[in-house]
Amino acid sequence: MSQAEAFPKAAEGKLADTRLRATLRGATHTIRDRRTAVVAEVGDWEDLRELGRTVKEEALADLGSLLARFEERATAAGATVHWARDAAEACRIVADLITVTEVVKVKSMATQEIGLNEALAARGVHAVETDLAELIVQLADDKPSHLLVPAIHYNRSQIRDLFDASIAAGVDDDPAALAEAARLHLRERFLTASVGVSGANFAIAETGSLVVVESEGNGRMCLTLPDTLISVVGIEKIVPRFADLGVFLRLLPRSSTGERMNPYTSIWTGVTPGDGPQAVHIVLVDNGRTRVLRDPVGRQALHCIRCSACLNVCPVYERVGGHAYGHTYSGPIGAILAPQLTGGHRSLPFASTLCGACYEVCPVKINIPEVLVHLREPPPAEQPVMGAVSAVLSRPRWYRAGLRLARWFAAMAPARRLPWPLSRWTAVRDLPRPEQETFRDWWTRTHGRT
Amino acid sequence: MGARGPGTAREEILARIAAAAVPPARAPRPQAAIREGSTVMLAERIAEYRATVVECTDADLADVLAELLAETVHLVVPSGLPPEWLDRCSMDAVADSPKHPLTAAELDRPGTSVLTGCAVAIARTGTVVLDGGPGQGRRLLTLVPDHHICLVRPGQTVDDVPDALAALPDPARPLTFVSGPSATSDIELRRIEGVHGPRRLNVVIMGDR
Ligand code: SF4
Repeated sequence: MSQAEAFPKAAEGKLADTRLRATLRGATHTIRDRRTAVVAEVGDWEDLRELGRTVKEEALADLGSLLARFEERATAAGATVHWARDAAEACRIVADLITVTEVVKVKSMATQEIGLNEALAARGVHAVETDLAELIVQLADDKPSHLLVPAIHYNRSQIRDLFDASIAAGVDDDPAALAEAARLHLRERFLTASVGVSGANFAIAETGSLVVVESEGNGRMCLTLPDTLISVVGIEKIVPRFADLGVFLRLLPRSSTGERMNPYTSIWTGVTPGDGPQAVHIVLVDNGRTRVLRDPVGRQALHCIRCSACLNVCPVYERVGGHAYGHTYSGPIGAILAPQLTGGHRSLPFASTLCGACYEVCPVKINIPEVLVHLREPPPAEQPVMGAVSAVLSRPRWYRAGLRLARWFAAMAPARRLPWPLSRWTAVRDLPRPEQETFRDWWTRTHGRT
Repeated sequence: MGARGPGTAREEILARIAAAAVPPARAPRPQAAIREGSTVMLAERIAEYRATVVECTDADLADVLAELLAETVHLVVPSGLPPEWLDRCSMDAVADSPKHPLTAAELDRPGTSVLTGCAVAIARTGTVVLDGGPGQGRRLLTLVPDHHICLVRPGQTVDDVPDALAALPDPARPLTFVSGPSATSDIELRRIEGVHGPRRLNVVIMGDR
């Protein structure tokens, strides 16, 4: 996984890929416009966002008791609830539950985050991704690059070539034909699968229910047809009450795909005799979430409902794509979540211009710029410098003296580059020239002393 | 397996949460009465998802259904469906029941249609909600066949999502919200109807008289 300098390096390569940039630009702008149109339809959108934010805040404030209630209700309804401290434990729990060699899987950020497919492969179990985009990415042996449209970086002729070489020889590049090819390829697997693996968009404490929001129907297939269903759920997915879904199901589809409602939403509570899987397992995963919870400013990142609206409006994401972030969560949310979840990825909070577009579209009002700045707190080496700067800036007399010094310096050395180590800074920008005369000096000169 | 007690993952995670000491917070939850929805809006918005919408009355229901089922080879119905709905249909309906459950393979036969009612419909989002109640059946009935006809009866349409959640008799039943036929936008964001769920969705909205 990426570390300190990873983002700048990765971004450099991606920026040079003009086809990627064109594909991304087209895609993000299309979803963005759709979102704007359906959001404008909702008269109380701002109130709804605020409600979304406060419900999530309440959920985090009561997280322990809500998880315990969820466990109790889900267990009473016939589900088995497991707890996992980290990715390895979660993968082990899931793998131990599987006795077959193939499982069907519906797109889930949590399972990607914990590296479940790789862990299952190591135990001889093939996890078949069933979302069209995930299937594309899996067939290409690639990684998803967008929370919602994982194959956003592929155009149709690339997908055609991929399908032609793997699941559907001779297929043409009409999107409908490609979708049909995926349908045929997966149908047999759905009808014969004995284990399904999913994530969940929400977990309802009051009822012990899980919610999956999707479009294609592959989610319903995975949730309904197998005998055993295993759902991997981050502990922050908890919402207190069933009625709270009224808030999130209004916010999510409009923010993510720009639809009034996504084609299918499934809600299930434990086992229903005679209908759907008769063995239902839920794995509640921490994997760094409680570390995020400890930070009073940073914990709002756990409110995220993974709509991806912030990715679609982000000028940085639009230019570099999801892979440059080097983590499951990319874009603005990735830039604040990945460093907090892992303690690494320290360059990500700098992968932003702080333009604030992400905050404006976020359906649960996560103040992403605030968290970015908070996470940019300088590393120990820079702290004395920052301390000196703040000492100067908070003392007018020192500040004026500093300015005079800077002017003298600029006159002595007119180059707009600094010597090493400061040259790293001026390699990408010109050194600003101090004004020849400050406003105060000008005022004193033209208006006399104040 | 959900082990409790000191040293288990459960206790450790709960202890970490407690140690984070998140300050209390309460969300306001305005209590509102269930608002009725406009069937005109419902029809419009379902049609925008490229599902076929037919409005009808009690009197012409059987004819409308017969027409929608014209090309159907196998008709599947859940138990509890009012038998008079099928008065004009030429083919025999196969009922799925706890005693005689249909298999996924049977439902997957070409030319299979399924006819169900719904629990509630949402005007603003163009959604029908199924909860497995009478006349709706198990989840796979409305999933595997390629053609789903869903009936919305008078008085079943509510305004928005919160109204629908409040109107459901039992939230613990398996719930499916259906808004148009299955679709994907995964290829260059072009919406394509019909991937894994039924590719044809007909919604029949019954008027008040
Ligand atoms: S941070 Fe907000 S806008 Fe971004 S994915 Fe999460 S919920 Fe959506």
